[in-house]
Amino acid sequence: MKIVLSTTSPGLDSTTDPRFGRGAYLLVVDTETMRWEARPNPGVNASGGAGIQAAQFVADQKADAAISGDFGPHAFNALQAAGIAMYLYGDCRTADEAVKRFKAGTLERVGAATRAECDGAHHA
Amino acid sequence: MRIAVASGKGGTGKTTIATSLALSLAIEVSAPLPIFVDCDVEAPNAHLFLKPHLEQSRPVGIMIPVVDDAKCTYCGKCAEVCAYHAIAVLGRKTLAFPQLCHGCGSCAIQCSEKAITEKLDPIGVIERGPSLAGIDFRRGVLNIGEPMAVPIIRELLRQVTPRPGQTVILDAPPGTSCPVVAAMRGADYLLLVTEPTPFGLHDLRLAAQVAGELGIPAGVIVNREDGDYPDLDLFCRSSGLPILMRIPFERAIAEGIAQGRPLAEIRPEYIAAFQKLFWQITDSQIRQRAQE
Repeated sequence: MKIVLSTTSPGLDSTTDPRFGRGAYLLVVDTETMRWEARPNPGVNASGGAGIQAAQFVADQKADAAISGDFGPHAFNALQAAGIAMYLYGDCRTADEAVKRFKAGTLERVGAATRAECDGAHHA
Repeated sequence: MRIAVASGKGGTGKTTIATSLALSLAIEVSAPLPIFVDCDVEAPNAHLFLKPHLEQSRPVGIMIPVVDDAKCTYCGKCAEVCAYHAIAVLGRKTLAFPQLCHGCGSCAIQCSEKAITEKLDPIGVIERGPSLAGIDFRRGVLNIGEPMAVPIIRELLRQVTPRPGQTVILDAPPGTSCPVVAAMRGADYLLLVTEPTPFGLHDLRLAAQVAGELGIPAGVIVNREDGDYPDLDLFCRSSGLPILMRIPFERAIAEGIAQGRPLAEIRPEYIAAFQKLFWQITDSQIRQRAQE
C-alpha cells in the first residue's frame, strides 16, 4: 500500500511536519517494501490553495492514505473526494514511527477537517 | 478629480478625513455635489458619519466553475491553468473550491469537453443613496466569511461615472494589499492619513511606496498630533510628500467621532481648512499638467 506523509526532510528518519499543505516534504512510502520517495511539497510557498496542491499530489500518486498533523478544510475535501484516508501523527516524532503505527492500526483516522481555513485576507 | 484616502495603518483616521472632506466640498455651492465611495468593503463605516439613505442595493459576485461529472474526462487541464488552485482533479473527481476562485474563467475556456459551465457566486452587495448635504454615497459590503474584497471594489468603481467637475472621494481600506491597490488605482491624488507614532510612520512608508509604484501624487495628513515627532517630518520631507494638514489629539474631537459626528461638525473651522486643502491639491495637479 502507498501512503504519503508530510515531513521536514527527505527520508524515513525525518521528523514529522505537522502541516500538510505547507510541510517541507511529501514522503511517498510503500508500506510493504518500505521503499520511499520524497518530493518538496508543491504548495509550500503558494499564497493560497497549498492543501489542495498537496492533495492533488497525493491523488496523482494513487496513494491510499495520507498522514499529517493537520488537515485544513480544502485539503480534507480534496482528499475525501479522491477517496484517500487521512490519519493524524498524534505524538509520532519520525516518519518511520508513523508508518509503523499506521501499520499497527494505532493512528487516529480523521473524519472531518481538523482546523478552520486561514481567513484568506491576504489572498485577495 | 478622484481623491483616495489611504493610510497603511488602520485606525489613523481615513474615514474621519474622507467624510469631512466630502462634507466640506458639498457645502461649497459652486461645485457639483461630490460622490463618496466607501471602499473598505470588509468593514465599511463611513455611513456612521454621512448617514446615507441607502435606496439601492444589488448583489455582486464572481463567476465560479461548475463541473458536469458526466462530461468530465479528468484530463486535468482546468487544474493546470488555475493560478489559484481553485479546481483540482482528484482521481475520478474534479472538485472546485469557490473561496479560492478569482472568477477568471480560464478553466471553462480550457475545457475541451465543455464540462465546465460558470455560475454567479454572490460575495457581497453594492449600496447607494443620498447622504448628508446631498452627497452621492456608495459603498460595498463583503459577505461575512468571504475572502475576496477586490471584485466588489472593482464593481463599485466601475459604476462611478462623475460628471465634469464632480469630485469623487474614495475611502480606501487599511493596509497595502490588493484591496487597497484596487481602491487607489485610477485616483488622481492620494491623501495618506497617518499618526505620529513609529507604527504610523512604518505603515506610511509602505503606503507611500504603493503610491509611488502606481504613480499617483500624494500628500500627508497627520492626525492626533500630540507633541513633536521629527522622524515623521523628516520622512515626508525626504520623500517629497507635503504635509497638508495637522489635526491635534483632542478629547473633544475623539468624543465627537465616537458619537458618529463628522469632524467638520465637531470643529466647523475644518470646513474651510478642507476646502483650502482641496484647492491646494487641484492647484498642484493643474501646475503639474501644465508642465507636462
